[in-house]
Amino acid sequence: MTAAPGTLLIEAARRAGIEIPAFCYYPGLSLQAACRMCLVEIEKAPKLQTACTVPVSEGMVVRTNTPKVHDARRSMLEFLLTNHPLDCPVCDKGGECELQDMVFRYGASFSRFREEKRHTDEEKWSPVVYYDGPRCILCYRCVRVCNEGMDVSALAIVNRGGRTLIGPNAGGHLDCEQCGMCIDICPVGALTSGSYRHQARPWELHYVPTICTHCGDGCKTTLSVRNNRVLRGNNRDQSGINGEFLCIKGRYAFDFLHHPERLTQPLVRQEGKLVPATWAQALRAVAARFRQLLEQGSAFGIIGSNHAGNETAYLLQKFARAGLRTNNIDHHRTADYAALIAALARSGVRPADRLAGSRDLLTARAVLLIGNNPTEQHPLLAWNMRTNVRLNKGRLYVVNHRAIKLERQATATLRIEEGRAGALLDFLAGQTTAGQPPALQPWNEFRDRLRAESDLLVVFGDEIKGDGIARLVAFGNTLGGVTRYIALGDYNNSRGASDMGLLPGSLPGYAPVEDAVVRARFEAEWNVTLPPGPGLALDEMIAAAGDGRLGALYVVGANPLKRYNLNAGSSFLVVQDMFLTETARQADVVLPAAAVYEVNGTVTNTCGELQRIRQALGTNGPRADLEIIGLIAKETGISLGPVGSEEVFDEIRRLVNGYNVAMAGLAAGEAVPTAPADGRDASLGRPDLVHSSGDTLFTSGTLGQYSDMLEAVRRH
Amino acid sequence: MAHPLEVRIISRRFGLPNSASIDTFLAHQGYEALRKALKMTPEAIIEEMKKSALRGRGGAGFPAGLKWGFVPRQSPRPRYVVCNADEGEPGTCKDRPLMEYDPHQLIEGILIAGLAVDSHQGFIYIRGEYRYLIDIMDRAIEEARGRGFLGKNILGSGFDFELATHTGAGSYECGEESALLESLEGKRGVPRIRPPFPAVAGLYQCPTVLNNVETYAAVPAIILNGGDWYHKLGTPKNGGTRLFALSGHVSRPGVYELPLGMPLRQMIYEVGGGIRGGRQLKAVIPGGSSTPVLTPEHLDVPMDFDSVAKAGSFLGSGGVIVMDEDTCMVKVALRLTEFYQHESCGWCLPCREGTLWLRKLLARFHAGAGVNADIGRAGELAENMLGHTFCPLGDAAAMPVISIVKQFRHEFEQHLNGRCPFEAKGARA
Amino acid sequence: MRFSAQLEARFERFLARYPQRRSALIPMLLYAQDEVGWLSPEVIAEIAGRLDLSVVEVESVISYYSMLRRRPAGKYHIQVCTNISCMLREAEPLFEHAREKLGIEPGEITEDGLFSLEEVECLGACSWAPAVQVNYDFHHEMTPEKLGALVDRLREKRP
Ligand SMILES: Cc1cc2nc3c(=O)[nH]c(=O)nc-3n(C[C@H](O)[C@H](O)[C@H](O)COP(=O)(O)O)c2cc1C
Ligand code: SF4
Ligand code: FES
Repeated sequence: MTAAPGTLLIEAARRAGIEIPAFCYYPGLSLQAACRMCLVEIEKAPKLQTACTVPVSEGMVVRTNTPKVHDARRSMLEFLLTNHPLDCPVCDKGGECELQDMVFRYGASFSRFREEKRHTDEEKWSPVVYYDGPRCILCYRCVRVCNEGMDVSALAIVNRGGRTLIGPNAGGHLDCEQCGMCIDICPVGALTSGSYRHQARPWELHYVPTICTHCGDGCKTTLSVRNNRVLRGNNRDQSGINGEFLCIKGRYAFDFLHHPERLTQPLVRQEGKLVPATWAQALRAVAARFRQLLEQGSAFGIIGSNHAGNETAYLLQKFARAGLRTNNIDHHRTADYAALIAALARSGVRPADRLAGSRDLLTARAVLLIGNNPTEQHPLLAWNMRTNVRLNKGRLYVVNHRAIKLERQATATLRIEEGRAGALLDFLAGQTTAGQPPALQPWNEFRDRLRAESDLLVVFGDEIKGDGIARLVAFGNTLGGVTRYIALGDYNNSRGASDMGLLPGSLPGYAPVEDAVVRARFEAEWNVTLPPGPGLALDEMIAAAGDGRLGALYVVGANPLKRYNLNAGSSFLVVQDMFLTETARQADVVLPAAAVYEVNGTVTNTCGELQRIRQALGTNGPRADLEIIGLIAKETGISLGPVGSEEVFDEIRRLVNGYNVAMAGLAAGEAVPTAPADGRDASLGRPDLVHSSGDTLFTSGTLGQYSDMLEAVRRH
Repeated sequence: MAHPLEVRIISRRFGLPNSASIDTFLAHQGYEALRKALKMTPEAIIEEMKKSALRGRGGAGFPAGLKWGFVPRQSPRPRYVVCNADEGEPGTCKDRPLMEYDPHQLIEGILIAGLAVDSHQGFIYIRGEYRYLIDIMDRAIEEARGRGFLGKNILGSGFDFELATHTGAGSYECGEESALLESLEGKRGVPRIRPPFPAVAGLYQCPTVLNNVETYAAVPAIILNGGDWYHKLGTPKNGGTRLFALSGHVSRPGVYELPLGMPLRQMIYEVGGGIRGGRQLKAVIPGGSSTPVLTPEHLDVPMDFDSVAKAGSFLGSGGVIVMDEDTCMVKVALRLTEFYQHESCGWCLPCREGTLWLRKLLARFHAGAGVNADIGRAGELAENMLGHTFCPLGDAAAMPVISIVKQFRHEFEQHLNGRCPFEAKGARA
Repeated sequence: MRFSAQLEARFERFLARYPQRRSALIPMLLYAQDEVGWLSPEVIAEIAGRLDLSVVEVESVISYYSMLRRRPAGKYHIQVCTNISCMLREAEPLFEHAREKLGIEPGEITEDGLFSLEEVECLGACSWAPAVQVNYDFHHEMTPEKLGALVDRLREKRP
């Protein structure tokens, strides 16, 4: 057997298909040698050795299957069972417990020692985390994942000897990021979650792997479903771009699905009040009005969603452009993806080569983070950056106007005044060194350090947009190596919404609407003539709706009236959503929509990685956005072609620049990078519309208000 | 008062008036070894140490010169000298007089170690209960600094060395060298994974020499009189003398400096004055509580590392615990197990759980609620720990119990009729 | 929270002593306990703050060391060693005697706040067994009589 120098025996054996049992060993976390399950015989060593700490060496002879080794394993299991309560039938972990599995495989089904077991009461540390001391086998995985993985250090070992336990940081409570990593990594049922405990047995559940509906990172989460209810989310198989990582939202904030205020019936305004209606009535009301407005030649405005899948976004813009004949379409832009792609293309590099994927953050030699607070806003990307520094010795450079937690991993930090990002970029790209005021000294040093890096991965938030992005790329091009970029946008399909053309100035794939060649291609496909000039931007549409210049405003999965004011009743407002949001409350017709966890399709994360979403639940009342758009079009007399998610996705693959991806990987649940190439012009002209919602770990736009778990944690 | 069989090398200043003061020390060859060492090369110092065959007095008996030689002197990182004054091993109380009566001898030994490995900082880790010794050592360190033996440019030689005490706070495990370093870094006293050993990555992950108080205390005499001289005081592989702490049922318990290799019989019956009250000897723990018990048949074993090991036990820390015929060996096993259970750091499974369940089982058994099968179980429990734990504490807990079960099975059986036979005799233990 | 000038000066010496500040943690805790009587939440928070550690990190350390207390003790903390060498020299009856004499169980404090009692592991006095430590003072070759007299003496010393 051969293995790279330094490989731990346990890893080398596993790779060769030889299982060496372990509790405390956990790849990527520091070594403990505490559980002693991995003891093996090594020739010439007088005692058994822990395979989790000994690196392989030339000519080493190891035996993993001798009576001595078996005895040791059995002894360790017996010690564990001596104190471990045998309450497997009522333990949440029953059926997926590593201790159960180990006992099954290596014997010692009970302990011969019959003294009284130690007891401590179960403790509630937070709405998310519960701890049952007697079940704890002290493998210290939770402590390590919290310290090393999360850099939170909310858990510690307390007491010593036989009284050793794990303890939380805030006097019996946990003051932490509530990510639940500790729960998932716990091999036994010592740590359990507030949402799942005492709910179900794992074998009664139906598992649906899909993509988290919250932030822009696109973690895979597997929903455990029973009786059309989601009981938990996790990523135990460690597949997907996030490996084992999930934050509180991906793991627990699915409960909005079952919120009592969830809309289940369409509502139609009658005599000033929204009253329940049947789908047929509501659709007819919408279609009748749309038809009338079309005949009158009135203008429409369409606002799309950051949450709904690519298919919805694509079909919505097709409906707007081909059906309602307007480029008045936009969405809440949380990152200026269009400007980034355009700036790259204009600077003469292939955008696809310069847009980094989420996993590149794990391996990049150097990362420059400008703005944003990824710990709160991009938990997975923050995890990747931390892991890179910790395990791969990557260097992290942080520029921000405020203190952020990732500075703790930073090689160098530069604090700038708010709004000075542009000036800094000019400086970074420029040559000026002589005769500067001393205040620029830190800028100089920072720039020198960046210039000394060979390849840089630049990650930036909404502090940099529009022209700022062109300056950023200009700076990137002054560096010696290959500079790559990630623009940080907020929600699970912000990038997709942008790529799909929920923008007044570009067709899907960032072709300017003025581009006659591209337009002709879509016209041929859709068999229509498309409006040739840019439409109104989001704020302009609301203003226009307010003063009657728009006949109707159709809002799908967005809540713009939380931020903007609209004069009530000035134009026909149709809102398609899950809840009676600020916007829906002003609508003439409200159509209850399915959530992302209730539909099939695809989403694109902020790094441009395309992943499949899968329907975990059936809906009773709400309908999928695609279906609703299709029905409205049909009733209105507009032909949109097939509206099934697969057919729409086929069309996306065919027509949207960068989306012609291989199907096999996608179907297998992989994240497939998209490769936008166009972006010749970013003349959207409105960088002021690009802004992040600044969500925290415990908020998620409007959706977060309907998660009781997030609410409970905010109050905790 | 010195016993005539004692060979007083490191204890030679004990009993002098004001023996702890620097003036007394200087009047009796104090810091002369340092003056000599300052003129030697590090290699020469280490060579002298190797010749002396001085084996670590903390318990493991590792040759000190060899250990010093492992320290990479070319390393760009600072090197540290750490003195283990945790003295936690039951039966052991010999580092106390070394610090109480002759603190400067220890400082001098540490300084010479510093020279040998090119270190500029030493720490003496003293168990928290020894507060008065911390005060004595602190005073001595100030005195030494005042006279130019510590600090910058020592005796004009260009050699700089700082020394400070550090207090423990109640943990036997912190005597284990890597746990001690953790504790010195302000952490829980949980041992480290080895390798790397402290010589390569010790305090603050820097190369570190770590020895017991008595080991350092022997250094000045070795440097002054030569390694060969010291070596000849003992046996071929066990150089010199050591302090033996006699305790338990001997007539004259005490700390005696004796040449290595003195037969156990002589130690107990001549130095220790025999068994208290003229009773019979039942058992001896020869090297601190962690070592397997010997019985009267072992009385002729020479007390050096190798001979005691051949007899199935260890010379350990030199704590000779003597037990007479009225001692309940089940009680001894229980009390030792209680100690290890109390002191187990809890890090690794077999030690944490093993000591706990062993204690529970033995307590029940000693109280008279045992069954025959428990005797075997006690032994098995201990065997399940032996060789499987993270650090030697687990072995230390297991070995005495295994040896007691093996050699005193009949005493366990005597407990099966519901009570401890020795308590019936009025003896508490 | 401020400690006495003397203790503050000692803390300064500790902090200057080590290349890494955290090394001062255990000494600071122990000497603070000597002054305050126990490691109250305020003391813990103060020392954690000074060393830039989280409270749980400090608590984790405290709960490891048997001398560090999170509850007050008596003015005279009487510690009787019953480990092997002391046990062989009748430490157990001595401990029983202490219990009776003081009228408290280990972990308790006498009503007047003067005494608390603890059965401890080896104190490093094996050759002078049985040993008792009162705060930091050693008392060797103890007997029930000597212990009784000692307790009486300490009681009388009361202001
Ligand atoms: C559980 C345990 C406790 C120990 N306690 C002490 C101690 O109190 N004092 C000591 O010098 N060595 C003690 N040791 C031994 C040390 O680990 C180390 O071997 C020794 O200090 C090295 O010094 P030496 O080579 O001079 O003996 C202990 C070892 C173990 C495993
Ligand atoms: S990091 Fe983002 S995508 Fe991942 S689980 Fe959290 S909210 Fe969901
Ligand atoms: S996996 Fe090696 S000791 Fe736990």
